[in-house]
Amino acid sequence: MDGFGTTTEGRRRHRAERLASGVFLSMTALLILPLAAILGLLVMRGAPAISLEFLFSEPLRGMTAGGIWPAIVGTLWLVGVSLAVAAPIGVLAAVYLNEYARESWVTRVIHLAIVNLAGVPSIVHALFGVGAFVLFLNLGTSVLSASLTLAIMTLPVIIASAKEALAAVPMAFREACWNVGATRWQTIRHVVLPNSIAGILTGVILQVSRAAGETAPIMFTGAAFFLPFLPASVHDQCMALSMHLFTISTQVPNVPAEIPYGTALVLLAVVLAVNATSIAFRVRLRRRRKW
Amino acid sequence: MVTHGAPDGAPVPKVEFRGLTVRYGDAAALRDVSLDCRPNEILGIIGPAGAGKSTLLKTLNRTLELTPGARLDGRVLLDGRDVCKVGDPSAVRRRIGMVAPLPVGLPMSIYDNVAFAPRMAGVRGKAELDGRVERCLTQAALWDEVKDRLRDLGTKLSGGQQQRLTIARALSHDPEVLCLDEFSIAVDPVTTMRIEDALKALKERMAILLVTNLVQQARRLADRTAFLLSGELVEVGETQQVFGRTPKDRRTFQYVHGMFG
Repeated sequence: MDGFGTTTEGRRRHRAERLASGVFLSMTALLILPLAAILGLLVMRGAPAISLEFLFSEPLRGMTAGGIWPAIVGTLWLVGVSLAVAAPIGVLAAVYLNEYARESWVTRVIHLAIVNLAGVPSIVHALFGVGAFVLFLNLGTSVLSASLTLAIMTLPVIIASAKEALAAVPMAFREACWNVGATRWQTIRHVVLPNSIAGILTGVILQVSRAAGETAPIMFTGAAFFLPFLPASVHDQCMALSMHLFTISTQVPNVPAEIPYGTALVLLAVVLAVNATSIAFRVRLRRRRKW
Repeated sequence: MVTHGAPDGAPVPKVEFRGLTVRYGDAAALRDVSLDCRPNEILGIIGPAGAGKSTLLKTLNRTLELTPGARLDGRVLLDGRDVCKVGDPSAVRRRIGMVAPLPVGLPMSIYDNVAFAPRMAGVRGKAELDGRVERCLTQAALWDEVKDRLRDLGTKLSGGQQQRLTIARALSHDPEVLCLDEFSIAVDPVTTMRIEDALKALKERMAILLVTNLVQQARRLADRTAFLLSGELVEVGETQQVFGRTPKDRRTFQYVHGMFG
């Protein structure tokens, strides 16, 4: 035994420590495997399909040839419109819940609703979208119906993540503002929002990327099997990358294998690009942290 | 504000607590407290933890209502007007400066920390804001240390500097009453002394309610001292008398001389 208390018991503890961290590390490394495998497979089999022509032309010959331009444009439409609907509503609702609402049975019910809404399977959202938007509001199968369905689906998570970002601003800042006579809105406008906006946007963007990959909610509400033209307004139908991938891999015979893989690669690239902006936001936020 | 004498010669109180009872749920934090603070005086408020000292201050600037479940009976008067009957609580808070126990630098520059309240009240002119920032930082004994780095973040100052920044901010909207809630908890003794000197000067311009755990601080600063115990006002009187051999209540004598169980 030396001065540092190294005993048999101590050495055993040290070994256990190393073993534990090793096990945890290997489990974490295991996470990377599927991602690497998916990426590798997609790049290997999809890359040959990628060309300017593939990206910017229409599908031809019953989608067994040609490109995916209408699907790319359609996905951008769906994501853009659903973002325009869900982001303002979600952020404002989060501000209300975190900054104004007092603890009462009403707010408890709202929280419960948000949590449960987040857990509803996307196919159920799809059926709701058909009932509510396509039929009841008579919007038909259109970009608008599909986007609203996506918005309903992403709202609860946008609210939850925006609320979390707001709650990360210390209460002491708000109290300091109130103490000098600032109103609630002035406090929100000048102290709470400027210090949480990056976190809020991060959450919103992550949800957008999730919406971009969804198939079920848009399948019956606005995404078309095949459309020879691009949507001119929100009342048109559109194609979408996720839907297109589903169609050509299961519904159409004799599609050359590199086309679905190429489509999947593009879809993944869109989602990862969106996530990358969100990560960039977070890095900026951390660097500019003011307390 | 005009200070005029009442018929008996005592000045009209700036702040009056009348039969004030505050409950958090079922627990009473204050019981039937009646107390006043005159213009241009420092009223020391002492008492052990849980005596209701902080609650008393919160009733004055109406931050008590932000605590769920808090209920107030009785009246709190500022210049004779019941603050609870004012429609807009921020209108009350704009007349009162409040310094909390722990320093809070807002996540903005030192300058913006002090200019925040005037801006929120509608002051826009740069010259006026500059003047106010310098004056408040000087009054809080911080100007000399920060005058060359007003654009630095207020949150990056040391604890003692942040507490003086907090005081500067509490002065920035020209309050008529300054409330300090154990301001020296997170501050070193030298800074504490500097702030105490600043308070003596500020007394000329406003009424000051000084809640403190340090009975000697009340003795040094307060014109009159009130002793609260378990939500009740044991006594209030001239500081010399409260700290002397013959306060009205035996418990006061025991508390200020450290003989409390």
